[in-house]
Amino acid sequence: MAASLNCFLRTGKNAVSALRRRGIHRSAPAAVQVTVRDALTQAMDEELERDERVFLLGEEVAQYDGAYKVSRGLWKKYGDQRIIDTPISEMGFTGIAVGAAMAGLRPICEFMTFNFSMQAIDQVINSAAKTCYMSAGLQSVPIVFRGPNGSSAGVAAQHSQCFAAWYAHCPGLKVVSPWNSEDARGLLKAAIRDDNPVVFLENELMYGVAFEMSEESQSKDFTVPIGKAKVERQGNHATLVSHSRYVGHCLDAAAVLAKEGIECEVINLRTIRPMDVESIETSVMKTNHLVTVEGGWPQFGVGAEICARIMEGPAFNYLDAPATRVTGVDIPMPYAKILEDNSVPQIKDIIFSVKKTLNV
Amino acid sequence: MKNMLTIISNALCRITGRNVLLIDLSAYVSVTSPEAPDLAKTQRQPPKPPPPPPVSTRAHDAELVSCQSDALDAPGARVMVSRSYADLTTQATFDIKRCDLHRLEEGPPLRAELTRDQGLQYYRTMQTVRRMELKADQLYKQKIIRGFCHLYDGQEACAVGIEAAITPSDHLITAYRAHAYTYTRGVSVKEILAELTGRKGGVAKGKGGSMHMYAPHFYGGNGIVGAQVPLGAGIALACRYQGNNQICVTLYGDGAANQGQIFESYNMAALWKLPCIFICENNKYGMGTSVERAAACTDYYKRGDYIPGIRVDGMDVLCVREAAKFAADHCRSGKGPIIMELQTYRYHGHSMSDPGVSYRTREEIQEVRSKSDPISLLKERMLANNMASAEEFKVIDIAIRKEVEDAAQFATSDPEPPLDELCNHIFKSSPPLEVRGTNPWAKLQSLS
Repeated sequence: MAASLNCFLRTGKNAVSALRRRGIHRSAPAAVQVTVRDALTQAMDEELERDERVFLLGEEVAQYDGAYKVSRGLWKKYGDQRIIDTPISEMGFTGIAVGAAMAGLRPICEFMTFNFSMQAIDQVINSAAKTCYMSAGLQSVPIVFRGPNGSSAGVAAQHSQCFAAWYAHCPGLKVVSPWNSEDARGLLKAAIRDDNPVVFLENELMYGVAFEMSEESQSKDFTVPIGKAKVERQGNHATLVSHSRYVGHCLDAAAVLAKEGIECEVINLRTIRPMDVESIETSVMKTNHLVTVEGGWPQFGVGAEICARIMEGPAFNYLDAPATRVTGVDIPMPYAKILEDNSVPQIKDIIFSVKKTLNV
Repeated sequence: MKNMLTIISNALCRITGRNVLLIDLSAYVSVTSPEAPDLAKTQRQPPKPPPPPPVSTRAHDAELVSCQSDALDAPGARVMVSRSYADLTTQATFDIKRCDLHRLEEGPPLRAELTRDQGLQYYRTMQTVRRMELKADQLYKQKIIRGFCHLYDGQEACAVGIEAAITPSDHLITAYRAHAYTYTRGVSVKEILAELTGRKGGVAKGKGGSMHMYAPHFYGGNGIVGAQVPLGAGIALACRYQGNNQICVTLYGDGAANQGQIFESYNMAALWKLPCIFICENNKYGMGTSVERAAACTDYYKRGDYIPGIRVDGMDVLCVREAAKFAADHCRSGKGPIIMELQTYRYHGHSMSDPGVSYRTREEIQEVRSKSDPISLLKERMLANNMASAEEFKVIDIAIRKEVEDAAQFATSDPEPPLDELCNHIFKSSPPLEVRGTNPWAKLQSLS
């Protein structure tokens, strides 16, 4: 709740002027406030309309309008053939989706949460990711696996795991992790249009958060390139690299640090694999300090990979301090609110880590 | 007749350089087919051909042809027996074993028609698969093929019978014992063997190996036991989605039949009436575990519960063909999925690292070889019904041997894939990608 409010307040400055603008120019599609959920729904709607080979399957995606209402209205519009409710059979329906992709369709396979994708992970990795390579390009698999990833609120250990590191480990997959509405819309459209398996990691806590979307980003052919990070905030003193929900946390931390004269550059990875290391290196060569922020566990995680890559590249020589990782606590997610709150990075953890890295 | 014998005889004289006598035996042998059903039902061994009459008692001197008039007593004179092609049977009908049925009122027909051309084609295909697999065995023992190699010899009637019942625009997916299906789906022996030996001329450019070969409408070749079954159901979904009247044949073994994802596939295929033929190739052993030790219910054709099933003699190519046709019609008519259990046998062990005799007896293997070999069964049927001659089969065998030998030659001499293609084909239609090599300075390139 607090995070949502923060997000809204941050965009509040623009929101007021946007509202005023909207009041005057009713006809022109000016910048609008769109929730991440609606951005995803619109993206799927447009892609379903654009290409009749695209279809959506998963649990409760059709008549229930989606477990998190991300597919609201799609079944009414497109019907049983293109929006398919599946039984609770992840391994089975994921294999079916991959087979359909092999035979020429372009499925969107929804996991109610990525925790359930573990039951189907063999189909994602061995049947989807590796096939183009094993067949020397004869057989491609144009599929999107999407669903909420990472921690939610009070759903406890089996429903809170972040799978970014696991999927990003495997060649043959593209792994994207949007933060705001523009990311969600543009990356989902790019993923659906991509001829390769794309793992699309959403975040349940972000679904209801509204962001301003530019006119350009509302066009039907707007896509965000997979494999390119975005600098959300410029700064000179430290580089904060993050993905998904924690980009927001980084921006909030940066706002607080700015008051103390520390200007952070915040990079929104957008894509985990292939990772845009160049953007991080360019930033680190400017700021000389690196802090990575993620919700997942520390060991063998996204932050670990960033640190290793920085060490292997030109930016290492520009570091004035070892890189720092801010991560989820290395435990299964507890239930009680106070425990859960302290199991994931909070804004104060980011502020603390930046200051430690800067030695202030 | 006389002219034809003259022509053939002269040609043979020239070719062999020997004096050749051709004797027309049509006066002595009945070349019209006896009533086919009786013969097909009762006989396993072809009838012994009548002995050629001694030349001196020949009644029709006018039909005796030779290059030299006094050739009969010359050393090297040979007598050849011929039948005119015009006297061979071009089509026959055979009784085939009745299939056990599950949730079906009627099953496949009890008689199968076979034309001469079809018979020769099935024979040719089965024999090619047999020889190809035996060649792979040989190359593996010479360590020219490495890693996994799961051979199909003994099961040829399944692959050939199925292909005879479907069209090239239908789809097929199987597990790792896939070389035969790769061939029946259109890949040459050369490209298969070269893939096994890991050369750039292989069907997957050496990147896939034994278990990962692909062709149009053939989806491999899958290494994870059972994973191909949901994939097959998905391909069937694509067929129904596109409304193209195509079906998907999805194969798995008796070992895979106990995988949970197969039951998930059954459920969704039945719910959505997917045009999918689920085929269990029951060769009685899942690796080293016999079916009795692995399955509480070994009636694999019944395991689909609400899905109709047929149990088929998988050693008889005609039985397989008729059952597969029946199943294909069932799917194409919109009735949803169907299950076929093919009772078959593999002569080799599970893979090349399994001698195959620790969990079954040599006697058992030998018994199947002598009584139920699919290639022998077809050949004997055709010979018994005068649909082809023994010579014809020999000629075919020789041609196949040559084809497989040439393919093996290619597979051992073709170069391995070049190193600069190591990282290619990770993605399709993507811009070039940098790939990390074994160390930070090894920056490799991946092209689509």
